[in-house]
Amino acid sequence: MVDRKVRVLIAKPGLDGHDRGAKVVARGLRDAGMEVIYTGLHQTPEMIAQAALQEDVDIVGLSMLSGAHMSIVPRVLAELKECGLQDVSLFIGGIIPDDDIPRLHKMGVRGIYGPGTPLEQIVAHIRTEVGDD
Amino acid sequence: MKGKEDLDSVRRAKQQWEQTTLQPTLEQWPERQDAFVTVSGEGVERVYTPLDVGDLDYERDLGFPGQYPFTRGVHATMHRGRLWTMRMFAGFGSAEETNRRYKYLLEHGETGLSVAFDFPTLYGYDTDHPLAEGEFGKCGVAVSSLADMEILFDGIPVDEITTSMTINGPAAVIWAMYLVAAEKRGFSMSELGGTIQNDVLKEYIAQKSWLLPPAPSMRLIVDTFEFGSQHVPRWNTISISGYHIREAGATAAQELAFTLADGMAYVQAALERGLDIDSFAPRLSFFFNAHNDFLEEISKYRAARRIWARVMKERFKAQNPRSWLMRFHTQTAGCSLTAQQPENNIVRTTIQALAAVLGGTQSLHTNSMDEALALPSEMAVRVALRTQQIIAHESGIANTVDPLAGSYAVEAMTNRLEAQAYEYFDKIEALGGVIPAIEQGFFQREIAASAYRYQREIDRSQRIVVGVNAYESEEPLSVPLLEMDPEGERRQRSRLARLREERDNALLGQRLEALRQAARGNANLMPPILDAVRAYGTLGEICDVLREVFGEYREPVII
Repeated sequence: MVDRKVRVLIAKPGLDGHDRGAKVVARGLRDAGMEVIYTGLHQTPEMIAQAALQEDVDIVGLSMLSGAHMSIVPRVLAELKECGLQDVSLFIGGIIPDDDIPRLHKMGVRGIYGPGTPLEQIVAHIRTEVGDD
Repeated sequence: MKGKEDLDSVRRAKQQWEQTTLQPTLEQWPERQDAFVTVSGEGVERVYTPLDVGDLDYERDLGFPGQYPFTRGVHATMHRGRLWTMRMFAGFGSAEETNRRYKYLLEHGETGLSVAFDFPTLYGYDTDHPLAEGEFGKCGVAVSSLADMEILFDGIPVDEITTSMTINGPAAVIWAMYLVAAEKRGFSMSELGGTIQNDVLKEYIAQKSWLLPPAPSMRLIVDTFEFGSQHVPRWNTISISGYHIREAGATAAQELAFTLADGMAYVQAALERGLDIDSFAPRLSFFFNAHNDFLEEISKYRAARRIWARVMKERFKAQNPRSWLMRFHTQTAGCSLTAQQPENNIVRTTIQALAAVLGGTQSLHTNSMDEALALPSEMAVRVALRTQQIIAHESGIANTVDPLAGSYAVEAMTNRLEAQAYEYFDKIEALGGVIPAIEQGFFQREIAASAYRYQREIDRSQRIVVGVNAYESEEPLSVPLLEMDPEGERRQRSRLARLREERDNALLGQRLEALRQAARGNANLMPPILDAVRAYGTLGEICDVLREVFGEYREPVII
């Protein structure tokens, strides 16, 4: 039986155009042996959930540096649920103020990786979440 | 600079030094690293000597400030004549809040204004557009109409102070709003000075806030050049930018090369329209990053001036010496700042600001210490502004022009960056030019590769970032963060609703239709855009007409 590679969706929701981090993470995960689908910019929550479904991913990562995360994250979670993907783990990265972290965890975000996070830490998180460690 | 016999003598002396002095030292203690590289990954010599600048000719390669090829500066007296403009990029929430911040900054001594817009505005959407949900005012100020622009500049002497606006896709529309807001206060266009960034090529490459596809975007930009040269002569109708290219992960050489390549593409487009080069070139301006590697950055600006002067004079045959000048604004590198131990960012910003001043910048924004956490608080932005003032008045570096000229290291790096830029120009040319290169993902791939390499260096601790992978501490956050008015969005939405009700919608309809017709033809779009703005067409409504006629752009997804 062939080992299935971990499949990760990296998405840029909303209007935020800062994609350096998303691209670096995507490439890093690929180098770590994962199958990575990067959505590109300007994804709506619906588009993200659709992509997660179509690509049959194990985990979704959102990159947000525009400050719109408190509005966008709940909508993404709702759309994932709508698609029957409520069990797909969600992590986020970007600029997330400390004050928002507890509320995001409460919403169901399983990892928050801001500036300075080593790639290895994200890889380890994904492996743990997907049960691949 | 030295003759051949002198260089041979130095070469022999260097060999002797290596044997008798260097070798024993290396045996006693090896160097800290196997290789020393700049932040861009370029090798740095142990010590630079005349051998590294062998055929440097003072008059040909450096010259005097204010004289071709302007390596030493665009003006004869540089900062002795006039300090760089202290121009702090600012904007958040609603126009009222940002107007207050502008007054605060002016009160504290800034000498030019710089507008940061929120994401919906950057994309030509009104605050109440569905795609704008959750994004109001987060990254900059929301400007959805002339009414917002009027509030934004209320009480600000726009005839005495220049304003730079970081707006690209919808630049023509936002510029029109600025011009009309000033017009309504009795200022004529010919009195107004400022800059619109208006550099769409780097949007496709790095900043990603385009409005339209490449060809119509270039048409609109050339329209602004033409309109500006005829009606707003003190206005810089473009700020050809490398800042964002660098922020996206580019090296110094890539930042330099891609920016100047973009500049050449704009010149080409304007010439193809039939504009006379000297009618618009003096109003082209540039915008560079000031990253951490002190010597490399100073060298980069000097190389940029020399390259641009030569390109404008020799390739494009501009006759007016003012067309040869690479005048630029600089912003210290946001991407170098850390969320950890934010006070350290004051130090980084200072080093970067020093490089920009020594590099001969005309205008400077210094980042605040809390950049990696939030938009700047009042306290943080005040320190950032004071950084410039202390450099200007206490450090002495503004008292002499281009003091690092003649440094073997700086001249060698200047030459190296210039050579690298020309290599890139050849590559871009071979791909068919800037726009074909964008469509083929050339720039995006180069930048992504550099960004990835840089992150790997940090992850492996080959590159130290203080507070992040060395000298870390677990102390809780100590800096106060900016809080925005929670009523701002609601206020903005109701202002928009009221505006749509109270304006003459029949008149606006005519104006938008006139714009639509002009867009389908060849006429300059600034006059119909101005008319639509005067009728209180919103940013979204006017941009919708442009989107309708010209279509939208979807970028190739490249990691």
